[in-house]
Amino acid sequence: MAIDLAAHPDTFPKLLIRNANLYGSRPAMRHKDLGIWQTWTWAQVLEIVRAYAVGLSRLGLKRGETIAIVGGNRPKLYWSVTAAQMLGAVPVPVYADAVADELSFVLAHAETRFAAVEDQEQVDKIMSVMDRLPKLEEMVYDEKRGLRDYDHSHLHPMDEIIEDGRKALRQDPSVAAWLDAEIAAGKGSDPSIILYTSGTTGASKGVVLTGERSIKAAADTVAFDHLTENDVALAYLPLAWVGDHYLNYAQGLVAGFCTACPESTDTAMADLREIGPTFYFAPPRTLEVLLTRVMIRMEDAGFLKRKMFHYFIGVARRYGERILNGQPVPLIGRLLYWLGNILIYGPLKNVLGFSRVRVAYTAGEAIGPDLFAFYRSIGLNLKQLYGQTEAFLYVTAQPDGEIYSDTVGPVCPNVDLRIAENGEVLFKSPGMFAGYFKDDAKTAEVMTPDGYVKTGDAGYIDEKTGHLKIIDRAKDVGKLNDGTLFPPKYIENKLKFYPNIREAVAYGDKRDFVAVMINIDLTAVGSWAERNNVVYGSYQELAGHPQVYDMIEKHVAEVNRSLAQDKVMAGAQIRRFLILHKELDADDGELTRTQKVRRGFIAERYAPLVKALYDGSTEADISTEVTFEDGRKGVIKARVKIHDMKTEPVPAALGKAA
Amino acid sequence: MRAPGGSEVAVGDVLLAVEGVSLSFGGVNAVSDVSFDIRKGEIRAIIGPNGAGKTSMLNVINGFYQPQQGRITFKGETRSKMRPYEAAHGGIARTFQNVALFRGMTALDNIMAGRSLKMNKGFVWQLLRYGPAMNEEIAHRRRVEEIIDFLKIQEIRRTPVGRLPYGLQKRVELGRALAMEPELLLLDEPMAGMNIEEKEDMSRFVLDVNDHYGTTIALIEHDMGVVMDLSDRVVVLDHGIKIADGTPDEVKGNQAVIDAYLGVAH
Repeated sequence: MAIDLAAHPDTFPKLLIRNANLYGSRPAMRHKDLGIWQTWTWAQVLEIVRAYAVGLSRLGLKRGETIAIVGGNRPKLYWSVTAAQMLGAVPVPVYADAVADELSFVLAHAETRFAAVEDQEQVDKIMSVMDRLPKLEEMVYDEKRGLRDYDHSHLHPMDEIIEDGRKALRQDPSVAAWLDAEIAAGKGSDPSIILYTSGTTGASKGVVLTGERSIKAAADTVAFDHLTENDVALAYLPLAWVGDHYLNYAQGLVAGFCTACPESTDTAMADLREIGPTFYFAPPRTLEVLLTRVMIRMEDAGFLKRKMFHYFIGVARRYGERILNGQPVPLIGRLLYWLGNILIYGPLKNVLGFSRVRVAYTAGEAIGPDLFAFYRSIGLNLKQLYGQTEAFLYVTAQPDGEIYSDTVGPVCPNVDLRIAENGEVLFKSPGMFAGYFKDDAKTAEVMTPDGYVKTGDAGYIDEKTGHLKIIDRAKDVGKLNDGTLFPPKYIENKLKFYPNIREAVAYGDKRDFVAVMINIDLTAVGSWAERNNVVYGSYQELAGHPQVYDMIEKHVAEVNRSLAQDKVMAGAQIRRFLILHKELDADDGELTRTQKVRRGFIAERYAPLVKALYDGSTEADISTEVTFEDGRKGVIKARVKIHDMKTEPVPAALGKAA
Repeated sequence: MRAPGGSEVAVGDVLLAVEGVSLSFGGVNAVSDVSFDIRKGEIRAIIGPNGAGKTSMLNVINGFYQPQQGRITFKGETRSKMRPYEAAHGGIARTFQNVALFRGMTALDNIMAGRSLKMNKGFVWQLLRYGPAMNEEIAHRRRVEEIIDFLKIQEIRRTPVGRLPYGLQKRVELGRALAMEPELLLLDEPMAGMNIEEKEDMSRFVLDVNDHYGTTIALIEHDMGVVMDLSDRVVVLDHGIKIADGTPDEVKGNQAVIDAYLGVAH
């Protein structure tokens, strides 16, 4: 079905009404409750959201006000978003796992007077920072459990609010007319939602998006990937993340497809299998975890199964991607792949819940070429995209049949892309944000005079393919003292592609050489230790084990070899490395909530280690404060060894290499 | 019990009273002349050093053992001995010190097994799984799913319990006992062998069961911190004899209890 752009209304509530008219009896939302998938049609959703909006308005929510949405992927939280938008209020989603400090920052900054939250955990969290939130007045919650004895003067179950609205609508026909007028009064240029960025670079900023632009952007990608009302997606990524808001909420409303909510965060994988989505998004990390799990389970499988698996995965590696890309493949390859599909790939995809996936995307960080190739070789149409909260969402995306593991695809329809002189990627997109909330200075900072948004990422258009390649954050790309280009992320990613390495942090800007700190992956190295009779009592002990150092040293040497291939990067080979004694953790502020390393913060926190990397010492002492899961703090002390690396000779320049 | 929609568990009437119960195995006196009561809606702890007769006492209450002397009054009905099925029908459920689940069955099936007492249709009907038997099963399944939701074990619904970690097995066992919708729930060392986090989780569930379902709970536990935090009243046994009975604070200060736990010079 061709999507007529002009036919899309300019706000999400109007879109919901359109969907209720067009696809009234088709499923809009599913949620597994008490072990059974519950389904709501578009018509039902519209009825509930209308009642909810009236209920919220009777509670006092008004046009222009903000309402915090805190919790996991639950239908009622999605409906809270639409209900608020119906009234012209602006929803502000917050990550469910945000600690109280982060939560209070967002709620205070957004000046929310209302909050719609999932359960007792979130209510408790907000209560604990109530003194910092003088503006917060009313809270509504979804899950009743444990909240019975709380003071309910400013705390309300969502069901009651919806029921209250329903009653008002029933008793007084003028209420429905009033609500219709409120929805009609909503303009496409009004703020539709405020999404707070994860804060890779300092405190998080509230990105204000408008309805009209959001819908335009979603309409473009819905057409790009041929999404229709027959598609199904599983909403399992954080509700507050731009990806979920775009891929599931915005695209779902534009295309009219069904969004399924998992039973709980722990059951997402099983739910994926039951729902069998047709549209799927996963960050590289999730794909990696899935693959690791498959591989570990295969190691425990019977002899025959194991042999069969490895044989056919080999077949897939040889022919799978070429078949998916529609390239010529010898007949024997096709036959073997066909057989492998019956015996291995089909069942494997079924177990992973990928049987019906038509379009799958990964984004957020660079994906390992092997990992990417694996999923594509078993027939999953996995593609890459590049986007930003400020762009809402796509800047580039790979079209079917033009897939490369090291690019993020050509520029999307209606997006304007430019590379600045310093290598920074600039864009103009249909979904472009309206500005940062209450921060015009920051907004001005990221805009060029002619209206482009600075992404902060450095990249270039690959001449061969015409696709964009991202190498690093523009401000992170530094120079060694001898002038060699130093993109830390590029080096870190090369290291992270080894399963044994979970995180890497590279230093080199304004230094004489490149040095890295490495985090081992406990699952991979632990299983290696088990197989090789390496005894260890703790993460710390395993990380410091000489044999582990030897193993990591081999990986670093390989990375150096690959860096030496590239003339530009050859000078940025790794000279020294160490293995950190503790896992980098978002609770300690070392990673962002989206699991990206905060290089500057880590450099401060582990200053003695960074110093030791550059002063030639072979070991260093470090003590760090850590936050446990229950919020208590403790101190970890360790002596960390530092290894020197040989560097590969830089290949002599043979004339003018391209 | 809590009135529908009410907010307080009324702790009051005596639900179960044990009077002068004695139990011996050959020449060994496991329990001698013990009397105490359990009131509706309370959490009652039975504590004591190893071999004090705590588990024997629990076994007497739900009819596993027949006492030689004494009477048990449950819901106003007095009898000299209780048979296990009478106890179960009367609304007494329990969990065991060593997990006693069907290891090859899934968590769901194990909890479903707890509903078998409530199934009205006979064996043949259930084999047929048709019509009324099917409807009945659906109704029971709903209750079981509510319990799964309550104990937050959705992700292990289909996992054979033998493959589960110990802490989760204990939780499944609690689920099976809850499936009987008991009035009195006997927990035999629900937190034995658990780490701190698991203990905290289990404590939360015990409190939630008491609060949400209004279930009266009698528990045996060795972790004194847990006992003092959870229970309304504590009865202390030593060598089969009751040496103290009262609120946690009263019991904590009792000299006989201190002596029993720390030992005294003879």
